[in-house]
Amino acid sequence: MTGWQWLALAGLGAFHGLNPGMGWLFAVAIGLQERSLSDDSGSATSGAAPRPRAVAALLRALPPIAAGHAASVLVVAGLVGVFQSVLATRLVAIGGGAVLVGFGLWRALSQRHFRWAGMRLSAAQLVSWSFLMSSVHGAGLMLLPVLVAGPTPAGGHHHGAAAAGASLWTGLGATTVHTVAMVAVAGAVALVVYEVVGLRILRTAWVNLDRVWAYALVGAGVATIATAVTS
Amino acid sequence: MALWKPDPSFYPSPRQAVEAPPEKLAYLAAFDRSAEKPDAIAVLDTDPDSDRYGQVVGWTDLPYTGDELHHFGWNACSSALCPYAPHPHVERRYLVVPGLRSSRIYVLDTKADPRQPEIVKVLEAEELAKHAGYSRPHTVHCGPEGIYVSALGGANGDDGPGGIALLDHTSFEVRGQWEIDRGPQYLAYDAWWHLGHDTLVTSEWGTPSMIEDGLVGELLLGRKYGHALHFWDLRKRRHLQRVDLGDQYQMPLELRPAHDPTKDYGFVGVVVSVEDLSASIWLWHRDKGKEWQVTKVIDIPAEPADPALLPPILQPFGAVPPLVTDIDLTVDDKTLYVSAWGTGELLQYDVSDPFKPVKTGSVRIGGIVGRTPHPAAPDQPLRGGPQMVEISRDGRRVYVTNSLYGSWDDQFYPEGVGAWAVKLDADPAGGIALDERFFPNGDDFRGRRVHQVRLQGGDASSDSYCYP
Repeated sequence: MTGWQWLALAGLGAFHGLNPGMGWLFAVAIGLQERSLSDDSGSATSGAAPRPRAVAALLRALPPIAAGHAASVLVVAGLVGVFQSVLATRLVAIGGGAVLVGFGLWRALSQRHFRWAGMRLSAAQLVSWSFLMSSVHGAGLMLLPVLVAGPTPAGGHHHGAAAAGASLWTGLGATTVHTVAMVAVAGAVALVVYEVVGLRILRTAWVNLDRVWAYALVGAGVATIATAVTS
Repeated sequence: MALWKPDPSFYPSPRQAVEAPPEKLAYLAAFDRSAEKPDAIAVLDTDPDSDRYGQVVGWTDLPYTGDELHHFGWNACSSALCPYAPHPHVERRYLVVPGLRSSRIYVLDTKADPRQPEIVKVLEAEELAKHAGYSRPHTVHCGPEGIYVSALGGANGDDGPGGIALLDHTSFEVRGQWEIDRGPQYLAYDAWWHLGHDTLVTSEWGTPSMIEDGLVGELLLGRKYGHALHFWDLRKRRHLQRVDLGDQYQMPLELRPAHDPTKDYGFVGVVVSVEDLSASIWLWHRDKGKEWQVTKVIDIPAEPADPALLPPILQPFGAVPPLVTDIDLTVDDKTLYVSAWGTGELLQYDVSDPFKPVKTGSVRIGGIVGRTPHPAAPDQPLRGGPQMVEISRDGRRVYVTNSLYGSWDDQFYPEGVGAWAVKLDADPAGGIALDERFFPNGDDFRGRRVHQVRLQGGDASSDSYCYP
């Protein structure tokens, strides 16, 4: 991994963090819910009490959201690493690129969403919600061009298991960098929306990121294939 | 096609929704009792600055006859902003319109010409039966992850149980039966929810055989119509608890949960008590996380009357039952409207303290004995009474129509129920008054009777919210 690759992973993390569907909006909702409940029961105590409790609830929602996102990304990063250690990078890039294009098109055309979730999720349920949300949005796949761009970690497919192990570590590193950036941005957005601008912003500033996202996936796939073919 | 920005009629919270601009149009379900002419969606002009204010300005006939349009709803609403299944870029543009008698479901597009909605899809009864096992679709609610349609009857010859069918948001195909475990629930009517508590509530009327040919006296006096509420886990789609109001309280119908998603209480209207013909309003509530309970918070007594003035079904009793058939709660959860269809009265209550409603206003119009005219036509006695009631999002305007249900109209208003829609202005300090400029009636509705009202952009019984 080169410096720009790490940077790109972090940048994509920030991009994912911005998406309301990836979790910050849920964190805000959880904070608001906690504040109302505290308002009801805590009227005897000072008016200042509910706010910190609500912010704490908002912040508590972030680790499960990050964990789910990381798990989703790690699957892709791990697979890329393993495949790269046994196959030629170019093949992985072309195959992965094709998957990306297909997935991006599916995202652009499909409007499905899953049905089991609700407002009162435990931390574990929030992890799986975030994992599924990230996975169906192709969060990990979007990292493909970055992951396959550099030289393979252990110099190609000659070293078998050791190389696979090394690339797994690289995958883990990539996931960590990406997720830290993602959750930092998501947390910052959640706090700003909660504390400063308010939910009203949703009505005007919530652009259809799903569509941007789908096009980004297709673009990333095409770029990956093009780079692989021409290199 | 999805939008780039959220639909402007979606609001994250009820607090913001009350700031919504006034509606310019209202949609009405209009049906032909004789089933000779097709039912229709009528469009009313509700813009006071328009020169056609209060008139029928649009009309869409359905392609079949005998559907008996009743309730209907929007394809999408503010619940699309919910954080766990966000899809804020869908449009509120389709009306999902069930035929209560035919079990057909129509989808009408209001976008191209809001005054002439266009039929874009017809779901036949077989679709609903095959995929959900239900018939007699009734109430429509736009949920965070699909369209919920409550249905009164079973399918393939079964009278029940009634329940909820889930429709796809975009294709409007029937996705299936909502319930995974229905517990003891058999009768169905309304369904709504507390999104912030992952809880769904349903009420009970009767199966098709109990209602379609009119109110059955023996069933009523035998206390066989519904008298319980059901509480469900909205996520797991499982029955949690049945709460019985007492079998004398026949027919708890319209459910009006608090719009504030952090609150866990709501109101339900009971049509009639078989002990004294009174009607009542009940509050459901619970202590933090504990079992659900119900408490009667409003009693509306029957009014003694000369039997000669009463329809045969009521003559033995010598009294007019109020017959509370619809209620509606303002978006700010502060004011409750109650329709007394029998006595012909619309009542307004301050429910800031939901346990202690305070009556703040009342208007008489129609009624079995009163036949109170509208101020715009003071010499014209009106039959039918305030029935379906809908409130604008800001709580300032209230729309009311006068038909209950074809065969029941005929029993309580045997000389003909007529057809009228009225609008009332609500004083924020309490009190309501009929708007003299707003009285479409009779031939304006081309021989149809009018039932539910939906307001352009949303109203008090369309939208639900995930943020306080």
